[in-house]
Amino acid sequence: MVDELPWWGGLLLPVVLAALAAATASGDAVLHDRASGGPGPRAAVTLPLREAGGLLVQQRRRTVGADVLLARGGALALLPAAVLASLVTPLGRWAVADLSIGIVWFNAMEAVAWAAVWLVGWGANSAYGLVGGYRFIAQGLAYELPHMFALITAALGAGSLRVADVVAAQDPVWFVVWMPVAFAVYLLSVLAMSFWGPFDQPVGADAAGGASAELSGVDRLVFVAARWLLLTSGAAFAVPLFLGGGAGPVLPAWLWSLLKTLAVLALLVWVKRRIPALRMERYQEIAWVVLIPVTLLQALVVAVVVLAR
Amino acid sequence: MWTQIVFWVCAAGAVVTGVAVFRVDSMARATFALLASFFFAAGTILLLNLAYLGMLVVLMMIMEMVVMVVFMIMYMMNPAGLMPMTMVHNRKGSLAIAGGVFAALATGILLIPWPTSDQPRPADPTRALGEALMGSKMLVMMVLGLCLFATMVATVVLATHRGRYDRYGDGLRAKRPDDPVRGGLDR
Repeated sequence: MVDELPWWGGLLLPVVLAALAAATASGDAVLHDRASGGPGPRAAVTLPLREAGGLLVQQRRRTVGADVLLARGGALALLPAAVLASLVTPLGRWAVADLSIGIVWFNAMEAVAWAAVWLVGWGANSAYGLVGGYRFIAQGLAYELPHMFALITAALGAGSLRVADVVAAQDPVWFVVWMPVAFAVYLLSVLAMSFWGPFDQPVGADAAGGASAELSGVDRLVFVAARWLLLTSGAAFAVPLFLGGGAGPVLPAWLWSLLKTLAVLALLVWVKRRIPALRMERYQEIAWVVLIPVTLLQALVVAVVVLAR
Repeated sequence: MWTQIVFWVCAAGAVVTGVAVFRVDSMARATFALLASFFFAAGTILLLNLAYLGMLVVLMMIMEMVVMVVFMIMYMMNPAGLMPMTMVHNRKGSLAIAGGVFAALATGILLIPWPTSDQPRPADPTRALGEALMGSKMLVMMVLGLCLFATMVATVVLATHRGRYDRYGDGLRAKRPDDPVRGGLDR
């Protein structure tokens, strides 16, 4: 069902991910432009790319007494982790790697954000950066457990941690149909793990940019790009996990994978524009008092169904 | 050949980053040096084809070290490398103990007649290892897990300085909890 690509698949993966991330950033910029009366959609479409170019030539700032090793290490770790998280995500019938523990691999890669955001915030030796770093740890403690239960539920339904088996188990009924709670929690976690949209408090404007307050030039470009890639990776992984992978009529499988990924990304962008900032202390209580029991119940339902059939 | 090289890189890397934990001044650097050491250790586990356990070490250790760095900075004397401090105490005694333990373990490794097997590798080494370790002791492990979890919950309940009477009043009759932190449910 899912074939491993030869070595050049690994080179193709960052390109595809970057294109999806750039499309999402452009779409978000256009919506922002329309809402706030900017210079028009034509300028907004290219805005993310022009901003990236600007950061590329911008001179790096450095704060006094910064721990450069930790700060740069954090930003540099986030970028490959965001790309490698998609190593196991199949595009239609092809995946770069079809690991037997694909879901654990994805989880481990996105957990790198825990360390990376804190390191970036800490390393700058700036109060705002520190506030942002600690905010992300609090957010991580809130979102990670319901997120893991959502991942486990999908693995439970397929009886395997291999992504190919999860896709195969969704023929003909997609997991989103009988695991809607896990799917919703997963989408919330994608927003939270990429500290984006309603969960952008770790880099929030109220703390002058939080963890990324002191980033400039290439460092900021790497960090911001990694954040978009992380969002894209998370959205793309929802497709094999809950939306049947490349399954669909008429069109080829890889196109269905792309379309579904774009649909998930569009949904996330829509959520960002509809829902105000959700502070981590509020989400902490919601996550532990509501989401964990609800995801456990969802897992119980799935377990009973798997045992009964 | 390649597994040999990767093994020695992982082994040496784990030791070097482990030493770095005690050589660096900053608690943040010490914590993340320890994380690097765990990554190298996970590499050796992956070499044994125990993919699940190896990735689990990576996953859990990232989170554990990020939680640990909060406490390291909160409680240790030298949070940001601003004041010199040493991470080692009782130098001679600990050197003797560490050397003795290392020598004993190394001789043990060299002297023990390790069992060999002519059976082929199991298809899923993780499952085989799990069954070998706790196949007959699953009940004990489950009870142990419950006990550990109950202990954690009890410790937190005992340690928190605000209980339900602080939140809902002496008669537990308050409609809304009186909490110092805003947000959350029901308020």
